[in-house]
Parts: sequence; structure tokens; C-alpha cells
Amino acid sequence: MSAKELTGTKILMKVLKEEGVDTIFGYPGGAVIDIYDELARTEFKHILARHEQGAVHAADGFARASGRTGVCFATSGPGATNTVTGIATAYMDSIPMVIITGQVPTQLIGNDAFQEVDIVGITRPCTKHNYLVKDIESLERILREAFFLARSGRPGPVLVDIPKNIQVMKTKVNGPQDINMRTYKPTYKPNVKQLSRVAGLIKKAKRPLIFSGGGVVLSGASEALVQLARSTNTCVTSTLMGLGAFPGTDPLWLGMPGMHGTFRANMAISQCDLMLAIGVRFDDRVTGRTDDFAPNATIVQIDIDPTSIHKNIEVEVPIVGDCKIALEKLNDLLEKEPEPENAPDRSEWNHQVEAWKKTTPLAYDQKETIKPQYVIDTFFKMTKGEAIVTTEVGQNQMWAAQYYHFNRPHQFITSGGLGTMGFGLPAAIGAQMACPDKLVVDVAGDGSIQMNIQEMATAVEHNLPIKIIILNNRYLGMVRQWQDLFYDKCYSATTLDHNPDFVKLADAYGAKGLRATRPEEVEAVLKEGLETPGAVIMEFVVDREENVYPMVPAGKAITDMLLV
Amino acid sequence: MSEKRHILSIQVDNEPGVLSRIVGLFSGRGYNIDSLNVAATNEPNISRITMVTTADTAIMEQIKKQLHKLINVVTVHDLTESDYVQRELALIKIHVKADNRGELINIVDIFRYKIVDVGPEHVTIEATATEEKLKAFIELVTPMGIKEIVRTGSIALYRGN
Ligand SMILES: Cc1ncc(C[n+]2csc(CCOP(=O)(O)OP(=O)(O)O)c2C)c(N)n1
Ligand SMILES: [Mg+2]
Repeated sequence: MSAKELTGTKILMKVLKEEGVDTIFGYPGGAVIDIYDELARTEFKHILARHEQGAVHAADGFARASGRTGVCFATSGPGATNTVTGIATAYMDSIPMVIITGQVPTQLIGNDAFQEVDIVGITRPCTKHNYLVKDIESLERILREAFFLARSGRPGPVLVDIPKNIQVMKTKVNGPQDINMRTYKPTYKPNVKQLSRVAGLIKKAKRPLIFSGGGVVLSGASEALVQLARSTNTCVTSTLMGLGAFPGTDPLWLGMPGMHGTFRANMAISQCDLMLAIGVRFDDRVTGRTDDFAPNATIVQIDIDPTSIHKNIEVEVPIVGDCKIALEKLNDLLEKEPEPENAPDRSEWNHQVEAWKKTTPLAYDQKETIKPQYVIDTFFKMTKGEAIVTTEVGQNQMWAAQYYHFNRPHQFITSGGLGTMGFGLPAAIGAQMACPDKLVVDVAGDGSIQMNIQEMATAVEHNLPIKIIILNNRYLGMVRQWQDLFYDKCYSATTLDHNPDFVKLADAYGAKGLRATRPEEVEAVLKEGLETPGAVIMEFVVDREENVYPMVPAGKAITDMLLV
Repeated sequence: MSEKRHILSIQVDNEPGVLSRIVGLFSGRGYNIDSLNVAATNEPNISRITMVTTADTAIMEQIKKQLHKLINVVTVHDLTESDYVQRELALIKIHVKADNRGELINIVDIFRYKIVDVGPEHVTIEATATEEKLKAFIELVTPMGIKEIVRTGSIALYRGN
């Protein structure tokens, strides 16, 4: 054996380093014990989660906050199956991630060996791609391809399953190489003819609207988006996944559209004559009844994934390409595009949008019990909109999206596509690892926070100063809201009358716990909580039956909004 | 929109698990598979899947794009979009007695199929045909009593280059 041969675990560490990884989230076990043994001799920061789901969400939060690829290790069998929800969460939101799982030795595969599970089979539909490493010779290539796939094109999670015996076999390594996969060639450069058509359409539009999404964040197209909106004086609405890519305090900002979107955003969609849909996939939570979605608009759609185009909504001008490249080119073209002779008068449209803003803004009425919206509103003002906000799922998530106004991409970290309760706390851990100097806050519900509460230990162990705001309504609030509105208030299995004492729980984990039960305590608790070093849980006992409005009932047109 | 039959010719990496990715895509997204044929090609490492599916235009567009998106898929062609030749191979075991054996042999001759196995109470026929012709043949021999039938599913290629 020549001196240059390396073991599988050494090859793994080498590739991780060369791919720019410095932080790994994971959980050990028999099938990855050799990997962990090698890891102990490296300089990677390893964050031991308390559940593999937590490890994957943390790697995901790291990726979302940093724009880099998240990395996670888990053992075979139950370790691997515990990663599935996290992987599916990342997949739905197109988050670049590489998950390394251990597998039983190759000679045992297929024999129902101890802790054997076909994780490649299980995760096939929720990964961008996945691999079972069958021989040591292919390990290096597979690992490099995994990173390449995870972050190129439409990003996504890639799983690499490495049998235990292969981890300790040796082979030669080739080092970093340009990756060329003949079956995978994402289209980055958009068709320029189509883009010039768009430039013309913009100049002629009377009621234009920009509708942007997660693709803008993922491709780093935020600046180009802002330029497009300002240079053409076009108002902007963004999906949940796109929040932050356009400043939430800009006068052109309309708020989020869809099921819990603002009145003005939904009205603008229904009345615009030109929609520039950028990096969106027309999820049903945004479109409502598709027949009534943007019925008067010529729709332009820019997306790197051809399957996102014409999937839910027919568009007139489809453009496959990277959002950033496309928007930069479009901005160039717009500068050169001559003003049309009779440039349309947009004043009526602009007035209309302003009027919508004034007549039906987001609002709440703070009375004797704490309104959850008031908590988020105060938190927004106190942090001057600077915090990185992760969320759990449910009403808490929607209030965070509505009342915290995000001004930067990568600032709002939420499980959009899958809607995974238990995402926010581990994601906050990942985000804090990625951005050690920023304030990271998880906006949580009392139900969701209990789904990965064990990660409090992880945060405390690593002195991560994450803050958790629990909007405690003692309900699985969002489900209760549906039961309230559409099921005759039959609150079947949505009451949480046996929650733990969250303040004591924080204490038990070695974190700080604070509670506000009356409106006048909200500010003080937020202030103290945000200023306390280390991990803090702030519990706000809120108005139990507050609902999220506006609300478009599922399957209705987005103009069919319940307003209060 | 009206549904139509399509013959897809899909070249894929010849790797374990690839078929499962394709079948999983179809089952997961609720697309139809009417028939499926997979085998190696003359190119090493490439297999060809011929699949017959029924879908309307919009779904068909999604099917093609979704297939392309799979990392192991090399090319996807919808042969029904242009001129193609299509065949299917079937082995059909038919129940025969002395009194109708002659009649069956005549039918087989007319269709130019082959008898590949004969026993006291059965005849097995090898039939290579287009879908329509095979259907006609099967209808004709059904009254005699088909014991077993095995079909490859359609395979097809573009005409010309
Ligand atoms: C893992 C998971 N299970 C179930 C659901 C369905 N679900 C959506 S919102 C919700 C209630 C969440 O309750 P809580 O965390 O207290 O938030 P609230 O709506 O009360 O703010 C549930 C059960 C989900 N999204 N994720
Ligand atoms: Mg709740």
C-alpha cells in the first residue's frame, strides 16, 4: 500500500475541509463510530444535538443563515430515520445540505442486520439526490458530487450513506476537481430574448407587481430585486420563503400574500396586469384557488427549476435561469429600453395600492390580555428589525411573518414548504453557529417548542445566546383556529392544558426563564430576556383564542379574505 | 384537457436504484404507468426505459421535466411526438385440443407469429407485433382459452435518424 492511500473516514474529513465546511451537526452511533473517531483528530466544530432531527434542522438553520451548505452526521437505522423529517424540511425549501449516514457493513446489507435500514430508499423522494457508497474507490467522487449537487442549480439536501467497512478501507485520493456530471446541467443563463420581452412588458404595464420568493434569497438576487423594484417603481410582495429579500420597511413593500397575506398584497395580485414572479413556485398557500389567481395579469416567471414553471399556474413568459443573473440582465435591458411613446399612467394604480394599505392594514387591539401580535410588534421595535428570526409552525409563525419586518435576506428562517413543528429551536442553534455576533430569536408556540425542546441542552452546552419567545396560548393554536372557523369550535385534541412550566424548564436546562402574563410586563420581559447573556426562554401567556387574520379559507380565491 | 397515450423513451445511468427513482416519481406524483420495459443498450452504463403513460398535455410536460430533473436520467424523448416504430413481444400459452389445434395454427400463420412450444393440451405462441395487432390476435384466440400470457410492454424507436 502506498503512503498516499487514505481511509474512508480520512477521505471524508479531507473533502469536508476542501468544501469549506467548518461546522458539523450530528449524533454518533455504532455505524459512524469510526467517523467520530477520526473527527476527534480534526479541527471541525462539532455540535452534538440531542436528537438527530435537531441535528438536521440545525444544519439547515446554519445553511439558511449563512448561505453555505449545512452538514450533518447520523448513525444507521434509527439515527438515519430520525433525520428524515429534517431532510424533507430542507428539501421542500431547497436548502443546500449534505447528510452523512453510517450504514451496516456491505456484507450485511440486505440481511436485516442490527440497525440496518434502507435510508437511501426512504429518502429518495425527499432528497435532491442520494448515494449508497458501494466501494471505497467511489467515496471521494460521491462526496464531491454531493456538495456540488447540494448547492448548484436549485439547491437541496443530498444524503450519502457510507457502510461501516468502507469507512475504514483505504484508497488513493484525487483532490478537488471540476465536477462534470453529464446528466446534470442546470440552466443558469436565461434566454435574453425573453428577458427583453419582459423589459418591454414592464415599460408598458399599467398595474405591474413583483412577486418574489425563496429563489431570490437562494440565488443572492436581493440587490438586483431592489434595483428592479425601485428603478421601475413597482410594488413588491414576497412569499414566506422570500421575506427579507426585499426590505419590509420599504414604501414599495406590500407584505406577504396568500392564506395569511395582507389585504393589499392579495388585492394587488388579483388586479395587477403584469406579474413578475421571481423564484416562486406558486404553492397553494399562496395562490388559493388557482383559477382566480392573478386573473388579469400577464405572468412572467423566472425560476432555475423548469418543473416549477407551468406546474400550478400557467404563465405567459416562462424563463428558466438563475434569478440573480436574470434580474441583473433585466435591469441592464431596462436601462437601455426606450420609454414607450405613450408611457402608461400608473398614478391610479399607485393610489389604489396606497388606499388598500390605509383602509385595511394589519391590526390588533391590545386590551387586558397579552395579544401575541403585540409581543412580536414590541420585539420588532425593540430590536430595530435587526434580529435573525427563526420560527416554529402555526400561528406563532404567521404572526412573526406579519409583524416582524425583515430587511435582509437570510434573516427570516422558517419551515415554509413542509411546515415542520419543532424546526425553530434547532434552526436557531444552527443560525447562531453561523452568525455568532447576531441576535438569534426563535418565535415559538407552546406546542411546537416541545417537539425539539431537548435542544435547549445543546444551546446551553455551547453557550449559544439564542432567545426563545414562546407565545403560549395553551392550544395547538393554528389547528384550533381552523376548528373555530370551519369545524363549529369543536376543539378536538388541540388543547394543551398540561404544558410544563417553561420558566422552570429553562432553569432545569441551565438557561434563563422569564414569563409575562400581563400586557404591561411584555416590554420588561423582552428587554430583560434580550439583554441576558446565554440562552433565554421568554414565555408570554397570550390571549388564548386570538386568530391570525386576514385568512383565506383553503381552496378559496385569495380575495375571499376573512378580515377579523 | 384530454388525456393521450405517450411512449417515453428514457435513457438512464445503468445503476441500482435508478428504476426505483423513476417508478417512485410516478407513484409519488400520481402519474400513470401503462407499461414499462427496461434493458441495457449498446452503450455501456446506459439503460433504456420505454414507458407508456397516459396524461394530458400539462401533466405530460411535468412528467418530462420531472424525469429530466432526476440526476440519473440522461435523455427523455416522447416518441409519440413524431414518427416511430413500436413493437411488443408476447408469449401466449393457449389451451388446445385435437379438434381446434389446426384452426389455431392457421391463425398463427396468418399473423406470421411462431409456435415455440407444443404439448398435448397447449401451444405457446411467440408474437411480435404492434399494440393494435397484438390486441386483435388476443381477442381472436381468447375463446379457445388462454392459459397464460406474458408481454414485454411496448418498446419503440424513432424512425430514421
Ligand atoms: C410536526 C407537525 N405536526 C403537526 C403539524 C400540524 N400543525 C400545524 S400548526 C399546529 C399547532 C401548533 O401549535 P403551537 O406550536 O402551540 O403554535 P400556535 O399555532 O398555537 O401558535 C399543528 C399541530 C405540523 N405542522 N407539524
Ligand atoms: Mg400554541
